[in-house]
Amino acid sequence: MSLKGKAAAIGIGELKPTKEPGPDTTALGLMAAVAAEAIADAGLDKNDIDGFLVGMPFSDPGFIYPASAAEVMGLRVRMLNVVDIGGASPAGMIWRAAAAIDAGMCNAVLCVAADMNRAGDQRPPTISVQREFESPYGNIGANCGYAMIANRHMFEFGTTPEQLAKVAVDQRANALKNPLAIFNDKPLTIKEVLGSRMIVDPLHIYEIVSPMTGGAAVIVASPEIAKRAKHPPVWLLGAGEYADHATITYAPSLTESPIKIAADTAFKMAGLERKDMNFVCPYDCYTITVIVTLEDAGFCKKGHGGRFVEEHDLTYKGDFPCNTHGGQLSFGQPGLAGGMSHVTEAIRQLMGRGSARQVKNAKLGYVNGNGGIMSEQVGLVLERRS
Amino acid sequence: MSEYLKPLPKPSPTSRPFWEAARRHELKLQRCGGCGKFIYYPRTRCPYCFGDQLEWRQVSGRGKVYSYTVVRRASHRAFADPYVLAIVELEEGPRMTTNIVAAPESVRVDQKVVVHFEDVTPDNTLVKFKPA
Repeated sequence: MSLKGKAAAIGIGELKPTKEPGPDTTALGLMAAVAAEAIADAGLDKNDIDGFLVGMPFSDPGFIYPASAAEVMGLRVRMLNVVDIGGASPAGMIWRAAAAIDAGMCNAVLCVAADMNRAGDQRPPTISVQREFESPYGNIGANCGYAMIANRHMFEFGTTPEQLAKVAVDQRANALKNPLAIFNDKPLTIKEVLGSRMIVDPLHIYEIVSPMTGGAAVIVASPEIAKRAKHPPVWLLGAGEYADHATITYAPSLTESPIKIAADTAFKMAGLERKDMNFVCPYDCYTITVIVTLEDAGFCKKGHGGRFVEEHDLTYKGDFPCNTHGGQLSFGQPGLAGGMSHVTEAIRQLMGRGSARQVKNAKLGYVNGNGGIMSEQVGLVLERRS
Repeated sequence: MSEYLKPLPKPSPTSRPFWEAARRHELKLQRCGGCGKFIYYPRTRCPYCFGDQLEWRQVSGRGKVYSYTVVRRASHRAFADPYVLAIVELEEGPRMTTNIVAAPESVRVDQKVVVHFEDVTPDNTLVKFKPA
């Protein structure tokens, strides 16, 4: 059993994230907007959509969510579900869509996430054990966990603040070429990152994603439908998923994540090597996330991630293009749609629609989706066939 | 005494012995009768071997800082002042989310610590650590 070449991404829709949504903005409205854009981008009609995978917005959650959101958009579907694996949800939707298509359950799946965030919004931990054993000590939100990962990584491997900052700097250079990125007006320097406000030691504000309002959607379709798509189809060649903890305290290790198994599974399915990839789109809620991901996904040795980002040019024209849309650090994080931004960017690059930031001869790309505090992990290998 | 505004643990039937011990300033963890491992946080079954023979045992209260951070801007308004959030690895094996009661600048990864019970309200004691 394999999902290799069983389905392709054929259309995308994405909004520029914003910090100031208008008074008429709703999460369901954003969802419908990006869904319409993605369906049109694929060259399909709404009635062609017969599968629906959705991320539940923090700003408007509820039970029986997929049918409710599908009803708002007037969708009639043969397969529907919420994918609830945090920031890995969008990447997780892609292989679930392909699996449903391969099983003959449906033919064209709308994968979508949208959300609203306002300054000062707080997200309480959602389950009882976290409220009981984490919140009383102030282990609330994602910042603390990633800061503890960064401190441990520095302790074990000698990773430096400058190496962490380099991730934000190179990704900003990419964002300058992306009209959809929220922070695309001026470059960033390592000195500026390290001089910015310390939020959770050792992470500065420029190393932490900004919550935004926005949305993104991808259409995944059967080979038959992909044949009549408007743009070159982007094929799923390999996928892997793994999780071994929810709260980082109870993970087997702070510095070796479940990414390894997810990535190994994806590359094995694809039958390809890391060096075959023309670019990568690793989830980047924080600078440290990228360093740990590049190590565990196998692009460099364990503990060498800091040195790797220091020695390589991560920009679209560099020797190791990474998050060519700017990453969420510069693109913004519109809830779960932030995780979708890595998927949409990989699809854009492979379709040859990278405009000013197009990676030359981009044929193969790796996407990593990451949920919670290095918890749920999804690896995807995507290909444009020439 | 000013009102305590930070979140308080709400014990479950599974965890009640842990918090009751903490109120007596004792650190008690479950130990699995099947595989012999200590467990944190409390469970109804061992997360390693899935056995259900779990016994409460007093532990040493000694451990090391596995990692930590100084939270200068918290995601919860009750945590106004910077605090040291840490993962302590106990001598018996399990890791715990906790606070280190010490000057933030003095805390280091791998530092030895001992348990420090903090009676935050008349009914609630939190399990924190301080330098050994």
